[in-house]
Amino acid sequence: MLSSQIKSNEIIFGSCNKDLLEEVIFYGIGLGADFVEIFIENTDNSSVLAEDDFITSVSPSFGRGAGIRIFKDKKDGFVSTNDLTKNGLMRSVSQAIEMLDITDNKKREVFNGLDKHRDYSLSKKKWINEVPSIHEISEKLLVSTKSLKKNNKIITRKGSYSRNLQEVIIASSDGTYVSDIRLHQTVGLNVIAIDAQYRSSGSRRFGSSGMPHEFRLWDHEKAANDVFESSMNMLYADYVDAGQMPVVLANKFGGVIFHEACGHLLETTQIERGTTPFENKLDEKIAHESVTAIDEGISEGSFGSLSVDDEGMEPEKSVLIKDGILKKFISDRAGELRTGHKRTGSGRRQNYSFAAASRMRNTFIAKGEHSKEDLINSISDGLYCKSMGGGSVGATGQFNFAVEEGYLIKNGKLTKPVKGATLIGEAKEVMPKISMCGNDLELAPGFCGSISGSVNVTVGQPHIKVDSITVGGR
Amino acid sequence: MNSKEITTHISEAADSLNLKKWDYGASFSNDYSVQVDKGEAKQLKASQKQILTIRVWNESNLVGITTTSDISESGIKKALNQANIASDFGNKNERTEFSPLAKDPIEVKDSKKRNPVGIKKLLTLLREAEVKLLESHESIKSVPYNGLSESFYERVYANSDGSYRSYTKSQAALYLYARAEEKNKKPRSSGSVELGYGVEDIDIESCIKDASNKTISHLNYSSIKTHKYLICFSPESFLTIINAFSSMFNARSILDGVSLSNKNSIGEKLSTESLNIYDDGLHEKNISSSPFDGEGTPTKKLCLIKKGRLENFMHSESTARIFKTMPTGHAGLGSKVSVSPDWIVVEKSEENSNLNTSLEHSNYEGEFVYIEELNAIHAGVKASQGSFSLPFDGWLYKNGKKISIESATVAGDIKYLLKNIVNIESNQEVTTSGISPHIWVDELSITGDA
Repeated sequence: MLSSQIKSNEIIFGSCNKDLLEEVIFYGIGLGADFVEIFIENTDNSSVLAEDDFITSVSPSFGRGAGIRIFKDKKDGFVSTNDLTKNGLMRSVSQAIEMLDITDNKKREVFNGLDKHRDYSLSKKKWINEVPSIHEISEKLLVSTKSLKKNNKIITRKGSYSRNLQEVIIASSDGTYVSDIRLHQTVGLNVIAIDAQYRSSGSRRFGSSGMPHEFRLWDHEKAANDVFESSMNMLYADYVDAGQMPVVLANKFGGVIFHEACGHLLETTQIERGTTPFENKLDEKIAHESVTAIDEGISEGSFGSLSVDDEGMEPEKSVLIKDGILKKFISDRAGELRTGHKRTGSGRRQNYSFAAASRMRNTFIAKGEHSKEDLINSISDGLYCKSMGGGSVGATGQFNFAVEEGYLIKNGKLTKPVKGATLIGEAKEVMPKISMCGNDLELAPGFCGSISGSVNVTVGQPHIKVDSITVGGR
Repeated sequence: MNSKEITTHISEAADSLNLKKWDYGASFSNDYSVQVDKGEAKQLKASQKQILTIRVWNESNLVGITTTSDISESGIKKALNQANIASDFGNKNERTEFSPLAKDPIEVKDSKKRNPVGIKKLLTLLREAEVKLLESHESIKSVPYNGLSESFYERVYANSDGSYRSYTKSQAALYLYARAEEKNKKPRSSGSVELGYGVEDIDIESCIKDASNKTISHLNYSSIKTHKYLICFSPESFLTIINAFSSMFNARSILDGVSLSNKNSIGEKLSTESLNIYDDGLHEKNISSSPFDGEGTPTKKLCLIKKGRLENFMHSESTARIFKTMPTGHAGLGSKVSVSPDWIVVEKSEENSNLNTSLEHSNYEGEFVYIEELNAIHAGVKASQGSFSLPFDGWLYKNGKKISIESATVAGDIKYLLKNIVNIESNQEVTTSGISPHIWVDELSITGDA
C-alpha cells in the first residue's frame, strides 16, 4: 500500500496523516477557535560520555508527543500530550478550547483543508543510518580524551557527544502542512588542571545541524590542543582588578554577549512583555555605526539552522541592525498577532511540550574591516576576552558575563593572563560603544534557554572593541 | 498504563530478552499554568507528561539505560532493547548495583495532596493578583513575568529484586515579577515566589506584598564603588551559594575530580565552629520532598557540616560502596548516577562564642552590603575551582540609611567565604530552596560602576 493511502486513527510517522490532522483541526475550528496548530514530534537521541580513558555513560532516549495550540483573539491555549491517537488529539483540542473559555462557535473561521504537503524530510530519512554508531563515537571520544593527557597537571579529562534526531509534523488551520527531520550533533572537551593551590579549567564545544558525517570530520587533536593550552594559560593567572576599561572580545563565542544582551531584547516576546528598551526604536540608531547584526536560520550546517521553523515557516535572513540602525525584530506567530511585526521563521521550541516563541537562530555581528591586531593596538590599558563563559540578562536589561580566558592589554600588546573577570553592562549603553569590528567573523554553537525551552543556536562575531565597560573582579 | 502494569510489562519483556536484572524510575504528571498580561489571559497551558527510565544488567553485569516518553507495550520493549544494547558499553570500572536500602521502609508523611482548582480559577486568581500588584504603587507599570500553576504527579521506583515504591503529590507555584518605572530613572524590577501543596495553600496576598515591597525598595538606587565590604547574605542568597558549591559534599564530584574536597576531607575545618549545615529532604517545610531517591534509597536527614567541620558526604549506591559506607538518598537515576542535595538547612551551632552578635541586619548601623538575591549562578560559579563572581540585587547600608545598588557583582572564594563568617543570626527563615538565618561575611569584593 502506498503511504499516501494509509488511513489510521493514530499519527504514524512516515505516512500520510492528512485526513486525521484535518479532522482534528476542523474540530477545533468548529468549536470556535480562531486558529488551530498541531505540532507532532518523534525523537531518537543518544549521548556518550568519556572520562579519562573510559566510556562512563551511554544514554539513549526516544519519545513522541504532540503540542496543540489554539488561538482566540490574542490569547492562546496550549496543551501537550503523549497520546497521538485521534481521540487523544481531539481531547487536547477540547481542553484548550475549554481553557480559553470559548463558548461562541457561531463566528467561525474558515478552514479550507491542508495545503499540499511540504515534505522537507525526503532527503533526510537516511540520516539515522549515516550518523556514527555508539561504537564509533566511543572510540573517537577516547582518542580525544587521550589527546588531552599532555602533562600531569591535567587531572580530569572529559569528552562528551550528543545526537538529537527529531522528526516533526506541523499542521495548522491556515493550511500549513509540513514534515521535517532535524539532526543536531555536539561534541565537547573539558579539562581541569591542578598544581598545588592553583586550579583552572578549559572547555570547548562544537556542533552542527543536518550534517550526519560532521562528527567524523571533527578535528579532535586541534580541539584538544586548544583546550589544553587554555587551561595551562589560566592555571597560574592572577585575579583581574575590577574597574571600567576598554575590552576586545574575541570572535566565535564572544558573540554570546550580543546574543544575550541585545538579541533577546529584539524578540517580539520582549515587546509583548514591555521589557525591551528598543520597542519603539525601529529605524533609530541604537548601536555604533560600525555594527550590523544579523539573525538567520539558513547557513548550511550551522547549529541554529533549520529548513522550516516549528510553526511551518521557512526561516529568513533577518538584518536586525544595519550600520547601527534598528531594522527588524525576531517574530513568531504570536508575536505577529500581538505586536504586528511580521514573522521571520523564528517560531521555535525545545519539544512538543512547549508552545513556539520568537527565538534566535544563527545570530551574529557582521564582519568589519579591521584586523584583530588593529583592535588590540588601539588600547593602552584594557582587557582581551579570548574565551567567554555563560552569563545572564536581568529583567531590566542588565547583563553579566564571565570571562573564561582573559589577558591584560598594555600599550597595545597582550600581556599576562587574568581570571575572575566579569563583564557588566546594559545593552543600550554598550551597543553604541562597539567602535571597531574585525574582519574575522566566526560562529560557535550553543544552547539558548528561554520561554520555549532550550533550543540550538549559534552565536558569533568578528573580534570587536568596546570602548568602555565595567569589568568585575577582585 | 499504571505503575503496577508497567512493572508487569517490564518484567515480562525482560524475561523475553533473558534480562534477569533490571530497575526503573518513572514519573507521571499533569500540569496546568496561566500567565496574564494587563488583566487579560495571555497563555493558558496544560500538559500531560510521562517519563520512564529503565536500567538493565547484562550477563557481564554491565549496566545499560534508556529513557522514553513512550510508555506503551511497544515503547517498553523498545526501551529494554535499547538499554540492553547500551549495556555493551557499560562502565566496567564502576559497576552500579541495586541500592542495599531499596527495600527498607520509607517515611511517607502526610502527602497533603490537593485537588485541582482548574484553569479558570487559576486565571481568576492571577488576574486579581496582577491588578493588586499594579495598584500597590504608582511606579509599578507592569508585571512582565507572572504565572500561577498547579501540578499533580506520581513518582515510582521498582526493581527485579522486588522493590516497589511510589508516591503521589501535588504542588502549586505563584511568581510575580514587577517592573517599576520613574521619570529620568532606569526601570527597576523585583519579585516574589510562593510555593504550596495546592493553590489554597499559597499566600497570594503575601506574595503580592513581597513583590511590591521589593520592587519599590529598589527605586531609589545608586552605583556602588568597587571595594571590599562587610556583607550580609539574606537566607535565600546564602542558600544559593551553598547549593552552588554543594560539590564539596558530593562523593560523585569527588570521584570525578571536580570537587574542592577529597576522600580524606571528612573532619576538615571549613568554617567557624558556629556553623552547622544539613541536607534534610524530608523537612516539613520542603514542599517538593520525596521519600526516596532515584535508586529507591530512603531520603533522610544528613549532617554535612557540624561545628564548622565537614561531617558527611552525599552518596549514591556506587559512591557509597567505593567509600565503604551506605547510600544517603541523594541519587538521581541515569546512565551515570548523579548525586545532589535536596533541601539545605543552615543553623547556628551551640558553639557561638566567636561570633560578633552585634551584627544584626535589622539594627546594625555601620556600613555593609546586604545581598538579597544572587543571579547568573550557572555562569558565575566555578565549583571545581571554588571561585564565584556573581551579579546580585541588594542594598548598601550606610549611616543608618539603605540605598539599592545598581548593577554590581560580588566575587570571592567559597573557602574564604566560609572561613570569614563573622556572624550567624539567630532567626532561621524558610525559603523555596531551604532554611537559613542571615549570614555575615567579612571583606568580599564588590564591583560597581561608581
